[in-house]
Amino acid sequence: MSEPIIKINDVNKWFGDFQVLKNINLDVNAKQKIVVCGPSGSGKSTLIRCINRLEEHQEGKIIVDGNELNENTKNIEEIRAEVGMVFQQFNLFPHLSILDNCTLAPIWVKKMPKKKAEELALKQLEQVQIVDQAYKFPGQLSGGQQQRSAIARALCMEPKIMLFDEPTSALDPEMIKEVLDAMVNLAKGGMTMIVVTHEMGFAKEVADEVIFMDEGMIVEKNTTKEFFANPKSDRTKLFLSQIL
Amino acid sequence: MKISLSKIKSNNYITNIYLGTFLFSLSIFDVFLYSFLNINITSFLPGNLSLFFPLIIGFIGLSFIRMEYSGIKIIDNLNKHINTSNFNALLTLIIIFALLKALPPALSWMILDANISGDTKQACTGTGACWTYIKVWFKRFMYGMYPNEMHWRINSAFILVIALGFVGYFFKDNLKKYLALYYVVIYPIIAFLIIYYLISGGSFGLVWVETGAWGGLSLTFIVSFFCLIFCFPLGMILALGRRSNLPAIRYTSICYIEFWRGVPLITVLFMSSVMFPMFLPEDFFMDKLVRVIIAITLFEAAYCAEVIRGGLQALPRGQYDAAKSLGMGYWKMHIFVILPQALKLVIPGIANTFLALVKDTPLIFVVGLAEIAGMLALAKTNPKWLGFAMEGYIFAAIIFWIICYAMSKYSYNLEQKYKTER
Repeated sequence: MSEPIIKINDVNKWFGDFQVLKNINLDVNAKQKIVVCGPSGSGKSTLIRCINRLEEHQEGKIIVDGNELNENTKNIEEIRAEVGMVFQQFNLFPHLSILDNCTLAPIWVKKMPKKKAEELALKQLEQVQIVDQAYKFPGQLSGGQQQRSAIARALCMEPKIMLFDEPTSALDPEMIKEVLDAMVNLAKGGMTMIVVTHEMGFAKEVADEVIFMDEGMIVEKNTTKEFFANPKSDRTKLFLSQIL
Repeated sequence: MKISLSKIKSNNYITNIYLGTFLFSLSIFDVFLYSFLNINITSFLPGNLSLFFPLIIGFIGLSFIRMEYSGIKIIDNLNKHINTSNFNALLTLIIIFALLKALPPALSWMILDANISGDTKQACTGTGACWTYIKVWFKRFMYGMYPNEMHWRINSAFILVIALGFVGYFFKDNLKKYLALYYVVIYPIIAFLIIYYLISGGSFGLVWVETGAWGGLSLTFIVSFFCLIFCFPLGMILALGRRSNLPAIRYTSICYIEFWRGVPLITVLFMSSVMFPMFLPEDFFMDKLVRVIIAITLFEAAYCAEVIRGGLQALPRGQYDAAKSLGMGYWKMHIFVILPQALKLVIPGIANTFLALVKDTPLIFVVGLAEIAGMLALAKTNPKWLGFAMEGYIFAAIIFWIICYAMSKYSYNLEQKYKTER
């Protein structure tokens, strides 16, 4: 067994007096797909935001691809460049076209020549099937198209890990499928993924492991099959009975 | 009278409209005759009634017009915009009458009874404005005390500076990324050199003209121009500084901004010319104009900073998150993602600050520099031309209005050009 690509050891985090993460322990291996679910306010978004240090943890260790994340981390930008992230609100840059959204970071962060960056961007946009929208602006696209563009933008950095923070929660029901399809394709391609979502169908289809969080703790961590077939804790059972 | 009006119900609404239009026109006609030709067609009515007669019949007329939906486009527009209720109808009438009343005296003073011929005070014989005064002093208002035969130097310097300002439009694609560098660093330096060598002179066979002789509208332009292009980048840095995570930078910015926002511009100008030289070594000389430009720049930068900070705060946190998650550092994130959006948002606010700056330039009079308003103040005390302050100030007001309106139009165009959907 090789070294896990993400190691989270006894992580605690507070927002003021409120403890959002309590003793989180989690190892993620390369190419593993993990779905994180749980009620709102349970700390799942905060957890994955800690993995690329958009949030800072106060206690414990987070090691991403051999680099420990703490206030002494000098190469945080390089680590972030290896960890792609997709947000609930898409967060595309509204003043740039879809293509420019995708090429901005490769050109300026990875110093890729413009031509090469554009080829790569078009290839990624083709993967998520919106290559025909490349020259439009984010405001001109539907929610589903925007979210797929955001996935393509993250992939253009050729990350080792992809984090998804409730990627379908802000979408109309009929647009959820197109985004999930893009994510399933990505999973089949062998990407390491951590997905915060309530889409249990997606979890059943692609996840290797499912994690259930409540009140800042990991209540249950199980293989996908076991998680849905015989959940261990009562809290998980209650949650599943309400969501399924 | 009013009470019975609201009860009128006619089946034939066209009658109402004819009647209403007639009464409304009659009221305007009455005021028009009285104000332009001094004929009072209602003099047969007793005192106050004669005065209020147009208001009353105009009001009745508008109520008739408003009574029904007519289907006639003009009347419907009228009803929709200026005749929606009794109160609005009254306001409309009062405004129309006030305009009609004010127009004839203004017209006769500015045009009909005004003089523009001749070149001495004696040419002004009419009761109206004396535009001769403006005509005679025009060169002074434009160029100050700058020697007459050298005005071409100012003109050509301005033409050069303006032409260089447009160079950015012709940049090829591969030069586009240097656009900001050009406008923030290179352009101001070139502009300074042009103005220094052409207007100041002293070399290339041009006679040295000291800045004390500069003045008029050209000085307004020079001061505004340099203050505008310097205060904007400085304000941007201060705005970023005030949001910095590093306490030293943050508190320095806060102190700077709060200091300059807390003192009146006029005291800053006084200090720049009276106190500032005291702190300088004796053999060090800095021109008065340069000191004034630095003072105004530092002052306005604080205002710019706060406007830009407003734009930075208006951006959703997700934009910062997205930029960071793509591996961008502080400067890349701000240059490519945050500032382009924030600056777009603050165009109206920045335009506001810049307009205020242009209109603050007359204050440099307190340190002895006479731009256009300052030249007026000098000219009106000239013994040969006493008593024409009014013409002068109206002239200056028109000039300032043209400059400011052009700026505000330009800012509005920019706003439209860079508008993006969110």
